[in-house]
Amino acid sequence: MGWIGDRVGVALRKSSLPTEPDTPAPSDQGRDGGTSVCRHCGTPCGAAAVRNGAHVFCCHGCKTVFDLLQQHGLGRFYDLSPTPGLRVTQPADPRLFAHLDDPAVQDRLVEFSDGRFHRVTLSIPTIHCVACVWLLENLFQLREGIGRSEVNFGRRELHVTYDAQRLRLSELVALLASLGYEPVFRLGDTAQRSSPAQSVRLWLQLGVAGFAFGNVMMLSFPSYLGLEPRDSPGIRWFLGLVSLGLSLPVLLYSAADYWRAAWQALRHRTVTLDLPIAAGLLALFGQSLWEIGTQTGEGYLDSLTGLVFFLLCGRWFQNKSYERLSFDADYQAFFPLSVTRCTEQGEEVVPVARLRVGDRLRLRHGELLPADARLVEGRAEMDYSFVTGESEPVRRRPGDLLYAGGQQIGGSIVVEVVKPVSQSYLSSLWARLARPAEEHRSFQTLTNRLSRWFVAGVALVALGSAWAWGVTSGPSMALKTFTAVLIVACPCALALSAPFALGTVQRWLARNQIFLKNSQVLERLARVTTIVFDKTGTLTTAGTDRLRWVGPALSPSEQTAVRVLAEQSTHPLARQLANSLHALADEARGSTAAGWPGSPGAGLEWFREHPGRGMEGRVQGREVWLGSAYWLRARGVSIPEACMRTAHAVHVAIDGVYRGSFQLQRALRRGAEALTRRLAGRFELALLSGDQPRERALFQRLLGPGAWMAFRQSPEDKQEFVRRLQQGGRVVMMVGDGLNDAGALRQSDVGVAVVEDIGAFSPASDVILEARRVAELPELLALARNAVRVVYVCFGLSLLYNAVGLTLAVQGRLSPLVAAILMPLSSVTVVSTACALGLWVGKRSGLASAHGPEGWKP
Amino acid sequence: MSVIFLLIGLSLLVAGGFLAAFVWAVRSGQYEDTGTPALRVLAEEPSAPRSRTAPACPPQPNDRNRP
Repeated sequence: MGWIGDRVGVALRKSSLPTEPDTPAPSDQGRDGGTSVCRHCGTPCGAAAVRNGAHVFCCHGCKTVFDLLQQHGLGRFYDLSPTPGLRVTQPADPRLFAHLDDPAVQDRLVEFSDGRFHRVTLSIPTIHCVACVWLLENLFQLREGIGRSEVNFGRRELHVTYDAQRLRLSELVALLASLGYEPVFRLGDTAQRSSPAQSVRLWLQLGVAGFAFGNVMMLSFPSYLGLEPRDSPGIRWFLGLVSLGLSLPVLLYSAADYWRAAWQALRHRTVTLDLPIAAGLLALFGQSLWEIGTQTGEGYLDSLTGLVFFLLCGRWFQNKSYERLSFDADYQAFFPLSVTRCTEQGEEVVPVARLRVGDRLRLRHGELLPADARLVEGRAEMDYSFVTGESEPVRRRPGDLLYAGGQQIGGSIVVEVVKPVSQSYLSSLWARLARPAEEHRSFQTLTNRLSRWFVAGVALVALGSAWAWGVTSGPSMALKTFTAVLIVACPCALALSAPFALGTVQRWLARNQIFLKNSQVLERLARVTTIVFDKTGTLTTAGTDRLRWVGPALSPSEQTAVRVLAEQSTHPLARQLANSLHALADEARGSTAAGWPGSPGAGLEWFREHPGRGMEGRVQGREVWLGSAYWLRARGVSIPEACMRTAHAVHVAIDGVYRGSFQLQRALRRGAEALTRRLAGRFELALLSGDQPRERALFQRLLGPGAWMAFRQSPEDKQEFVRRLQQGGRVVMMVGDGLNDAGALRQSDVGVAVVEDIGAFSPASDVILEARRVAELPELLALARNAVRVVYVCFGLSLLYNAVGLTLAVQGRLSPLVAAILMPLSSVTVVSTACALGLWVGKRSGLASAHGPEGWKP
Repeated sequence: MSVIFLLIGLSLLVAGGFLAAFVWAVRSGQYEDTGTPALRVLAEEPSAPRSRTAPACPPQPNDRNRP
């Protein structure tokens, strides 16, 4: 059950804002104790534990949910999983979701309505276990007005019907949020729902082909066994006609995609494997029609239907997609769905799409600015790391222009919209970045590259043997050989090699929590020559900086005093300092001890902030100054000259005496050094960053002397950098977190998105990799190369079969029986070889997930 | 031997029935989500019928097949 705990941890991290300290993730250590673990969510309970009879909860939120479920007879929730709940950090207020009741928003979200009953599909990433499914499908017991609800676990979706006269959508969503299942809404939501129709079509095609294959084969048995009923020749005629009748739907419906693809290839004068397939199918059907019509044989209809069936099986296997993951997130997914608008009547929540120029918005700490706007009131500290990659916030005064995409840090501000959302800098930036996706460099797949040679070879053999037979035995024999060659050369096994070999590896990877957009990504991965890293979030961890104290050690009480003072500021450095000291104090005390010695601000007598310089205050009778070295020196503190030059540091003086400084260093991700060392010899490496080149030397050492470095890169610069590499003939893999390098991820041949939490957010990319597994990139690259080798082995195998069949065909000895045996046999051996070898290279790759294969079902 | 015409016809009829059942199953969305039913069965109440069932809703058109 360990993985459930992990999922809860993930859900917790998601609900906390990036600048807040992480909510403590549940650990197994307290679980054995039984009493110290929250009954609802499994978080270890500190002294703040809330009791209710025999049950203990980590907070009032968990207790409320527990009581609510018990009241409504849903206590079984807790029997299905040990601690299935999700911690609810803040109470859900229906007003927060008021924008969902807006008719324009409802139009987009409600899938079906008969005026009274509405049906919506909500995306809920926090669904993680059996108990969730059970609870969400029993929602109707919790609130009047909720009808049938159904979970799709694979897609993490809830379909729910509700009575719109008794329950508003905002109330429904608030109820879900109060249970910890807050739905995620995206602006572009309804546009991406086309896949079910495609999968239904494929299933039907497969069903029809399978049905016809089985029956035609059964009807062909008399001829396989040489049972020719001499007394009633009508039977043979009858069997032939029935077989033809069964094959027609296969030819016209099941194989329709192959006809279309072949026609496309002809029109564009390209050669794909669909061409020989279509030619083979046509030859099979034409020959069969002729033989049955003239009663000279029984045709090859069993081979024809079997061929289509196997081909569709391959397509089905290849089309397996991970619907829960979005590999094509559009820029709108970043935007909030609604904002707070200030009007004369007060504040109201409105959908972003309804914002007009001149509207006044209130932005609170951590909220994203959706449109270009002018600051009216408050002190803006905008964090544009999302757009530019520069991690230091930009300070703005009232009257200044703020660009969309910034995240407000600190207090709340009021801004006035100056441009509609669609025309803002951010929107146009993303629109520009999105364009290259369409003209993405089209890679020739292995199969397509091979098919050119194959088609040429088959045409040569077919024409050659037809000519030879035509000269010796006349035109009818020539035609027969020609069709026989086309039939036997039909590259069914060849077409199955790559889908099954690469598809197996893709599935194996997904079971081990590395997600590829499709199986062709493996082919591109195998050809990578150059790897470009985005610094923040990949080689370094985003947000968590390491704090280093330089100077003689502070006593615990002095540390507390510094922390208490730093907590009063909204300056990002001070906030980081306070957070790190919190975490430090936490470690020292352990989780069982009482809460903080007093609430924030304990012992603080007074303080004053000097913007841009530092802050001073009196804590527990001690005078504490925090700030820049120059500011401290100006106040008469003597500071050693060596300490003056340290950038990115908070200097501390207590009672007028210099004590040292806290230096913030970007923490290198664990394994980053080993990763770059292993890659350095074999690939060209490059590093891109939106930051200042402070740590250039460190990274040059890390990536090796030959690596390219570029700092202060805008998202467009990064994309341009990748494009220039590609123009030099390189195959580029871009590794980034997708926040400000989304354009580069799209531009690159393989975009690897490094995410902290799979399923929460992912940019447009080809590979989604958990952040803690970045160090396994070399294994992934090696596996991709091995997967491609497996494809070659399977190609070889199927060509061997083709050679045998061709030998028979050119000699004019291809009987329907031989074709009926040879074709399925070659398909089956190639498919099983591909799967077995694919699994084998996967298992040998060393990428098996620590969580075990069932850790996370895609 | 002419009975074989009848037998083949009948067998095709039976097989066609299964094909129709398959088509119906695909169209009614049974192949859309193959994961959740496996979980749902784990949460089934031990005593046979559920005490309460979802309140009746008007019959819904099968809107899953919408493109």
